[in-house]
Amino acid sequence: MLKFWDSSVGKKVVMGLTGLILVGFVIGHMAGNLQIFLGMERYNAYAKLLQEDLIEVTWAVRVVLFVSVVLHALSAWQLTRRSWAARPVEYDMREAQVSTYASRTMRWGGVFLFVFIVLHIGQFTLGWKWLLPEFARGAAYGNVVLAFERPLWVAFYLVAMFFLLLHLFHGTWAVLRTLGLARNAAEPLQRRVPLIIAIVVTVGFSLVPLGVALGIVR
Amino acid sequence: MSGTMNIKLKVWRQAGPKAPGKFEEYTATEVSPESSFLEMLDVVNEKLVLEGKDPIAFDHDCREGICGMCGMMINGVAHGPSKLTTTCQLHMRSFKDGDSITLEPWRAKAFPVIRDLVVDRSPLDRIIQAGGFISVATGSPQDANALPISKMDADEAMDAAACIGCGACVAACPNASVSLFTAAKISHLGLLPQGQPERYRRALSMVAQMDLEGFGGCTLFGECMAACPKGISIDFIKRMNGDYIWGAITEKPEKVTLGSG
Repeated sequence: MLKFWDSSVGKKVVMGLTGLILVGFVIGHMAGNLQIFLGMERYNAYAKLLQEDLIEVTWAVRVVLFVSVVLHALSAWQLTRRSWAARPVEYDMREAQVSTYASRTMRWGGVFLFVFIVLHIGQFTLGWKWLLPEFARGAAYGNVVLAFERPLWVAFYLVAMFFLLLHLFHGTWAVLRTLGLARNAAEPLQRRVPLIIAIVVTVGFSLVPLGVALGIVR
Repeated sequence: MSGTMNIKLKVWRQAGPKAPGKFEEYTATEVSPESSFLEMLDVVNEKLVLEGKDPIAFDHDCREGICGMCGMMINGVAHGPSKLTTTCQLHMRSFKDGDSITLEPWRAKAFPVIRDLVVDRSPLDRIIQAGGFISVATGSPQDANALPISKMDADEAMDAAACIGCGACVAACPNASVSLFTAAKISHLGLLPQGQPERYRRALSMVAQMDLEGFGGCTLFGECMAACPKGISIDFIKRMNGDYIWGAITEKPEKVTLGSG
């Protein structure tokens, strides 16, 4: 077990498995969020379901997600350190040939997403006043509207969703290869399904701040 | 002479593993577009020798693109701009008169520079020693038809076996990962019946060795595959990962017997 965690492949497998859990979560979270377009009553009922009626389930999910994020980030951090150490003298010139922008931004994009997740939880779950002074517990719909009436928050969320798009585009493709599950392909770098997943999740999430900003949700 | 070119070279010069290195500039004059890249360097070196200077050290052997000895970073691309080509099979027709070319050694902690553009690639040998073999009783070979192998498996094993161990995958990888090499060596045995008994142990040992040598991990950039002169697919890395995972789940620890042996 320790040997597995020590190895670069083992750490990458941990990153992949926890990544899969997180992909599953963002798809569900995105779908749940879209209920905001069904009106305040429906949305607040959904929030109440998660925060009161099913609170035990919610806590179980929170624990799994927390552990996943920690392991995902920890393995990424340790592997990044190893990679940096593996090339102490940088090239004067190295031209990327086929790597995507998405793959090259996994690390710093991941750090940004981590910061985003902390702020996002602080803003809508913990109710940090400096992020959202008007936060009211139990008024999920109102909190969302109040936050996204501020263009700065809309912009911040849209940027975060762009990085999520990149992260998912590379991550959902790479995970099957990390876990040894993908089939051989004539063009292994081609990634159609990951693109669809990344776009659906990103657009789905972005509709909420955009909906408020455009006055569709108020 | 018509059609010859003048090329500006910016070359990494380093006297030894511990010596500090730096770039030096040279001009290759009257280069024939028909000459190979290494022949161009040969001419530059002859001139340097005549001037009483140290020639640029670079690795080479067969100069036929099959031995895996040559290799350098040419304008930031491992083995230069031609796809599926080793440095020795790159020709000067890939460049234009007046071009500037930057030459650097493979850069990785595990590949220390021996001199100029020559690096020590013995970590690759040690990865092979860790498990890139099959243990069989030797003797007279059996009838070739005694072990049926499907055409598809034979072809795939051969695709992996095409690896010449040049190290371009490490050089091109932003993580300086040796995964493509290791995966190819694991797969060309693991796809064949003779390689089955040690298949998962092999993956465990070879992955452990590549980590020990100080290479980085794979993040599936795909740069290795683009740099590989033999076009080895990153699908083999996926196969290595699968073998490693299965090995980690199923392999029993090796029995250590003490005593005289």
